[in-house]
Amino acid sequence: MALDLTALGDHIARAVSGAVLEQKLEFGDLTLTVGGDVLPRVVEFLRDDPQCEFKLLLDICGVDWPKREKRFDVVYHFLSLSQNQRIRLKVQTDEQTPVPSLSHIHSGANWFERETYDMYGVVFSDHPDLRRILTDYGFEGYPLRKDFPLTGFVELRYDDELKRVVYQPVQLVQEFRDFEFSSPWEGLRGVFHGDEKATKPNGE
Amino acid sequence: MRIMVGGTHVRVRPPPLLRLSSPRCAGGVPSGCTTMSGAPAGAPVNESTITLNFGPQHPAAHGVLRLVLELDGEVVTRVDPHIGLLHRGTEKLIEYKTYMQALPYFDRLDYVCPMNQEHGFSLAVEKLLGLEVPKRGQYIRVLFCEIGRILNHLLQVTTQALDVGALTPPLWGFEEREKLMIFYERASGARLHANYFRTGGVHQDCPPELLEDVYVWTDTFPKVLDDLETLLTENRIFKQRNVDIGKINRADAEAWGMSGPMLRSTGVAWDLRRAQPYECYNDLEFQIPIGKNGDNYDRYLIRMEEMRQATKIMRQCIERMPDGPVMTEDNKIAPPKRAEMKRSMEAMIHQFKLFTEGYRVPEGEVYAAVEAPKGEFGVYLVSEGANKPYRCKIRAPSFAHLQAMDYMCKGHMLADVSAILGALDIVFGEIDR
Repeated sequence: MALDLTALGDHIARAVSGAVLEQKLEFGDLTLTVGGDVLPRVVEFLRDDPQCEFKLLLDICGVDWPKREKRFDVVYHFLSLSQNQRIRLKVQTDEQTPVPSLSHIHSGANWFERETYDMYGVVFSDHPDLRRILTDYGFEGYPLRKDFPLTGFVELRYDDELKRVVYQPVQLVQEFRDFEFSSPWEGLRGVFHGDEKATKPNGE
Repeated sequence: MRIMVGGTHVRVRPPPLLRLSSPRCAGGVPSGCTTMSGAPAGAPVNESTITLNFGPQHPAAHGVLRLVLELDGEVVTRVDPHIGLLHRGTEKLIEYKTYMQALPYFDRLDYVCPMNQEHGFSLAVEKLLGLEVPKRGQYIRVLFCEIGRILNHLLQVTTQALDVGALTPPLWGFEEREKLMIFYERASGARLHANYFRTGGVHQDCPPELLEDVYVWTDTFPKVLDDLETLLTENRIFKQRNVDIGKINRADAEAWGMSGPMLRSTGVAWDLRRAQPYECYNDLEFQIPIGKNGDNYDRYLIRMEEMRQATKIMRQCIERMPDGPVMTEDNKIAPPKRAEMKRSMEAMIHQFKLFTEGYRVPEGEVYAAVEAPKGEFGVYLVSEGANKPYRCKIRAPSFAHLQAMDYMCKGHMLADVSAILGALDIVFGEIDR
């Protein structure tokens, strides 16, 4: 009999005591926040416990929250075929602190971790082959970070003299325009453009 | 057995002094004939093996894939897929687009079955919004998702046959694909990049003539499948190239995060349409074929049967399709009707707001998955309550499958690489994103 998600979360929190920092059930998804150091223990438990059997690691990805001190979330999605349940694990980290690699527990973690490293610069310790995966050979920077511009820094073109493609700093014919269509009418939070002119000199 | 090395560059590994210190060639382009070796830095160089670049311009690479193969004679000892040649930064772009503008990017992921991808994204947004799709909208969605499944499997089965040397199946299969794409076009206006699904339903209702024509097509299609089977199922060469090739067992399939026909070929009865039903799949009758041996041939059989089941689903959809709206009638999410706009001021405002600001989606994070033809296609969406997604991670089934390439090819012959690659059913649009 499959446990419902709340009971499942409690079951995990009890079994690996002290590992689960936060438990959240939102939109029908169970999210557990765990510390980076205990992550492999939790994942092994999730895989082997007969009431969990989360044997499929579906996805690993990063989320960038630049305002936070530990700016990255590394998000893991697991699926249990026997229990027909999904679970999401989250680990917080920053640019330096490595997150333990799961590739010795789930072979499929390898590329997903490489992708997270490629896109966010999150380092995974004990990873067998932590290379970039999606970006070009010799790419610099981490494109999915929020402080990386959408247009990038360099562009590629074929150089007729050198007879090969070369990188050059990106040249935009037109500035990148980020249209912000959010309505000023909802909530009336800020001051409208032009309002400052309406203030009378005598301070009315 | 035919060995396919056309378009590849065979070269013996250069002496260590000439090798770059980093496995990635700084600033260079992956032309496929550089001096880089695919081995991780510091890996011992085995002088008895040769390194062979397969792709990125190889007809059997199914797109732009560069495989660095390490061969001991004709036996593959290591496969290092280099991907990302089609990386377009979809996830980054989506962060800068409203939810409605983000949808067309999903057509361009797995361009073999575009609407299944749109479905995944729409479900994720609907989950955040807590939106219910009207019944007719659900049936149309399922109808077109199943068309997508057939589109995909027709391409996969027939091109994989091409990879192992059979030329006729693609010609027959593509004729049917063409007909299906015309159905796509008649519903959405585009053959390939449909942009048909919307949050809350589908963009426009299908005309009754279209449904009739699809119904007639489902009558004739099983005959085409029978014909295809006469070409392949008992074909001696096809069997020699596929039976017991690319074998994988259940535990490994799970460890590598496989899903879809890859997982089902190992005997796991797992299909999201049945296990975690979405839309109206619960009301429909269909069966999930599973394999026994976990090899390429089982995958082929599964895909053939899935096409028959998909045809059955399509027929049921058309037979049972109820009348009514195809899209939610909440004008905060769905644009109002054109005619209404001409008369109602409120409709006009809704239209203007939706196509400039878009709609806002409540704060939170969801993961929604659909059973795409290739496996589980998931969308992990983080919203901050704005009109644009804060983060949209696309979980593509092919990505997980391709990474098992090394494991599956080890010990196989060079000629089997293209057979296994074909059976994995990969499309670079969704791997590279």
